[in-house]
Amino acid sequence: MEDDAPVIYGLEFQARALTSQTAESDAIRFLVGTQSLKFDNQIHIIDFDDENNIISKSVLLHQAGEIWHISASPADKAVLSTCYNKTSESRVVTCGAVWSMPPEWESGSHESPDDPHNSHNPQNLELLCHLDNSAHGNASSVLWEPMGDGKRVISLADNHALLWDLTESSTQATISSSATLEGKGQLKFTSGKWSPHHNCTQLATANDTAIRGWDLRTMSQIYCIENAHGQLVRDLDFNPNKQYYLASCGDDCKVKFWDVRNINEPVKSLEEHSHWVWSVRYNHSHDQLVLTGSSDSRVILSNMVSISSEPFGHLVDDDDLSDGEDNHQDEKSKEPLQDSIISTYEEHEDSVYAVEWSSADPWLFASLSYDGRLVINRVPRALKYHILL
Amino acid sequence: MTVRVHGMLKLYYGLNEEGKTVDQAESMDPCDINGPHFDPEVYLNKLRRECSLGELMDQESCMVKQIRSLDSDMQTLVYENYNKFISATDTIRKMKNDFKKMEDEMDCLSTNMASITDFSARISGTLQDQHAQITKLSGVHTLLRKLQFLFELPARLNKCLELQAYAQAVSSHRRARCVLQQYRHMPSFRGIQDDCHAIMDKLAQELRQKFRDGGSSAKDLSECVELLLQLDEPAEELCDKFLSHAQSRLEADLLGLEAETDILEFIDRGCNEFVSSLCLVIASYQELFVNRPQEGELASKNIPQMAIGKLHAFVDALATRYFSLVERRIQEEKSVGDNSLLVRALDRFHRRLQAVAKLLPGSAVPSQGTEIVVRAARERIKQYLAALQSFYLNSLTDVRQALAAPRLGGSSAGELLSTLSASILNQIKSVLASVHLFTAKDITFSNKPYFKGEFCSHGVRESLVVNFIKFVCQSSRQFCESAGDRGGSTPPALLLLLSRLCLDYETSSITYILTLTDEQFLVQHHSPVTAVTALCGEAREAAQKLLNHYVKVQGLIISQMLRKSVETRDWVNTIEPRNVRAVMKRVVEDTTSIDVQVGLLYEEGVRKAHSSDSSKRTFSVYSSSRQQTRYAPSYTPSAPMDTNLLSNIHKLFSERVEIFSPVEFNKVSVLTGIIKISLKTFLECVRLRTFGRYGLQQIQVDCHYLQMYLWRFVSDENLVHFLLDEIVGSTAHRCLDPAPMEQSVIEVICERG
Repeated sequence: MEDDAPVIYGLEFQARALTSQTAESDAIRFLVGTQSLKFDNQIHIIDFDDENNIISKSVLLHQAGEIWHISASPADKAVLSTCYNKTSESRVVTCGAVWSMPPEWESGSHESPDDPHNSHNPQNLELLCHLDNSAHGNASSVLWEPMGDGKRVISLADNHALLWDLTESSTQATISSSATLEGKGQLKFTSGKWSPHHNCTQLATANDTAIRGWDLRTMSQIYCIENAHGQLVRDLDFNPNKQYYLASCGDDCKVKFWDVRNINEPVKSLEEHSHWVWSVRYNHSHDQLVLTGSSDSRVILSNMVSISSEPFGHLVDDDDLSDGEDNHQDEKSKEPLQDSIISTYEEHEDSVYAVEWSSADPWLFASLSYDGRLVINRVPRALKYHILL
Repeated sequence: MTVRVHGMLKLYYGLNEEGKTVDQAESMDPCDINGPHFDPEVYLNKLRRECSLGELMDQESCMVKQIRSLDSDMQTLVYENYNKFISATDTIRKMKNDFKKMEDEMDCLSTNMASITDFSARISGTLQDQHAQITKLSGVHTLLRKLQFLFELPARLNKCLELQAYAQAVSSHRRARCVLQQYRHMPSFRGIQDDCHAIMDKLAQELRQKFRDGGSSAKDLSECVELLLQLDEPAEELCDKFLSHAQSRLEADLLGLEAETDILEFIDRGCNEFVSSLCLVIASYQELFVNRPQEGELASKNIPQMAIGKLHAFVDALATRYFSLVERRIQEEKSVGDNSLLVRALDRFHRRLQAVAKLLPGSAVPSQGTEIVVRAARERIKQYLAALQSFYLNSLTDVRQALAAPRLGGSSAGELLSTLSASILNQIKSVLASVHLFTAKDITFSNKPYFKGEFCSHGVRESLVVNFIKFVCQSSRQFCESAGDRGGSTPPALLLLLSRLCLDYETSSITYILTLTDEQFLVQHHSPVTAVTALCGEAREAAQKLLNHYVKVQGLIISQMLRKSVETRDWVNTIEPRNVRAVMKRVVEDTTSIDVQVGLLYEEGVRKAHSSDSSKRTFSVYSSSRQQTRYAPSYTPSAPMDTNLLSNIHKLFSERVEIFSPVEFNKVSVLTGIIKISLKTFLECVRLRTFGRYGLQQIQVDCHYLQMYLWRFVSDENLVHFLLDEIVGSTAHRCLDPAPMEQSVIEVICERG
């Protein structure tokens, strides 16, 4: 079973922001936001044709500024949010905004990468609304309500977490509630994640070395893991299937897995990267698959079976059981599963700041390094069949 | 004689039985001239038939000759017989004469004898009356003496009682007892018996009293017991009494023991008072009840067996109490200063118990005593381990304080290391010497199998030495783990020092210590023991971990400085650079001091040869990043290939930089690790910021400054160049108005700073 080679796509700008198009469940599509101070920034919409192993892209202009964070609405394919730097009069401000892709982007600017001279008029994104938070400082990220109707977002701005309600057309946003991180010194949220569990009433945030949980109904802190990492916590992700499980990563090169009911000790701790870990992502369907990206230019795919929701592999339906003896033999051979690194991907040559699973194909993921290189990889086939069968 | 004669005659006449059977074959032949069935007719016929005339003639003459010789033989025989007969007749006649004379003398003798008998009968007849009277008188006399004895007995007994001559009283009474018993139906005798009983009861009472009173000597006591036994006191009761009496005294000894302070004094007193009294008790008890000659009815009661059983129970009970006291006392002996005292105490303790073993073979006491010694030795080893561990931790605290104190000379780290390892080694040696006392030749228990085998190999080598080395490694590793999460509570210098210590252990100390132990204790490895290589591996691992951690911590300290300096500044609105920022000077200073620090403990290490003008190198890559900006505006459609050609070509040819990677045990590698971590942090922080024109220029100045000073520390200066190029390149990317500073100006600023 030869695994397919990774597919590499290069942007001409440096880039940090990557997301999969959450509302799109058919096409494998990633959105990349670029960082350039001198030229108009772009959002690259990258479609991947799994069968032919071909990438096609289209470009939308994001003229407001360089993109530090991007996320896609879970309800509307065309809606996305960004955090961007606005430079005006020797001041740099980071703002959040919700955008809509022009309806004709798919037909209009869609092109094949083989035809490089056809992109003279990239279309602009249409602004839906600013998440206007001039009173609250710089936005570090915008989070959509997971599996929601695309009407609720949270923005993290300096030491505030702001919960916004969007109108039907998403053209207006109003703050419905907010929480503020109090404490000495200049506290600042570095990242956050909206929990898909508990009816989407929980939020986890990271600031400095601490991880905090928030109840969105009262906007009060639920738990706080002080010194979750030796140094800065860079990213968080919730286990999609186990409501209390949380993964975090940070500058101490570690990836830690937490059960938030017991915050004294991590459930598990990995130290595989040789520099800061910037991004950690659970696979949406098979939560034993954990993807991490680091500034040591590596992407590591780990198999954390022991703390996954499928500790003994995929549960076999009764129908499958009657299939024959072959199945039984497979069953036995895959019983003892160990936590392990599945693969280390070394296609990047610069720091990897973002990794993301595809929302359409659970066996596919993308990683983005600072030099603008996007790499699309697949879970090794052997493992895929091992999990599925 | 007759049989022989008969035999000879038989032989003579050829009548022996054999002859008969032998001749039988021939005798049937009628022609055999000597056979009984000889038939002259047949013989003649045969001769006539078979022989010629000449032959017949010869035969005839031969036969005649034979007949003639036979005749002469017969004549000789007859003559001889006749002679013998004659002489026999003569002898018989002579004997007849002698007997007649003798008969006369015998008659005379018998008449004499008759007269003697007569006389004797007459004498006895006259004396008989008197003899009967004398016999009767003497009988009466003895009876009277006996009676007198009996009548005098009460008085005599009383007197004996008064004089306390108990033995005499008892023996007197014993003599009279049976008689009195026999004749007690007579009133007078009954009176005497009653009196005697009363007196003897009193006597027994007194004896018992005496027995009960503690003061009497052992000899008195044994006499008492002897007498009481003769008085039919139940032996069991006596044993009990004796033992309980002894017990009260021994318990007093035990009570006296509890107040003691010094272990040796304690054991001494225990031995002198308790153990020796115990021995005395055992000895006298055995004398009294076990080894006494068995006589009469006492033998049947099987006293010794019962007595020995009681004695064992008694000794065991007391010994258990004594042992518990001793053990409690030994456990109090926590100060590990002077082991010889304890060993001597244990030795004395053990030695004295051997006396009990000799006195009372088969008792569990000596083996229990040995067990106590073994336990004490084991406990001792544990205490020594704990002492070593606390010594180690204390010396670490000292080292920590010495490191924190303002430094007088630069060599303090090296000196500290040597004093630390020397003091640890000394401590180990002194502990080994102390423990070695347990196996000294003059110590009685040192030849027990435990002290010969398990104590040396398992106790000293494994539990003490190996465990200590393991503890050193483990505690070192703990410094890495605890410090990692709590933000470096351990001073980095200590980490470095410990790492060197562990490395030294790996290379020499462990082998030395274990060899020393093996030699001192002549360890024979019966059970598998931890191998030197395993320990060395552990030490090396600890050293590596400590050094990695040191690099990480130092890198982190410098990283934090750089990060703060990048994060807190408003790089867009900064003024034109005139100086190298102070933080960069700090970084260089710190790196230099780390270099000195590491240099004291680790060797230089190998570095790649570098060009002579390393510090003068200009940033070529800034120009390359300018070229990149030239590429960008063309808006070339993104092909699935990078456009940042130069930067990528550069990366293609340089190896991937592992930031937090294990370092080697040398200065250059350590410094390279720290600088790598710092510069990478610098790079990542720069990428998160936006710069104005002067911000970029400031970074340029800073990087040039770093470049000027840092290359000398690392193994491969290209690494520093590469990282600094990346920083300046990234800054240029993140710059709103990328107008770089002139290289010459940068150099001037840096040199001025």
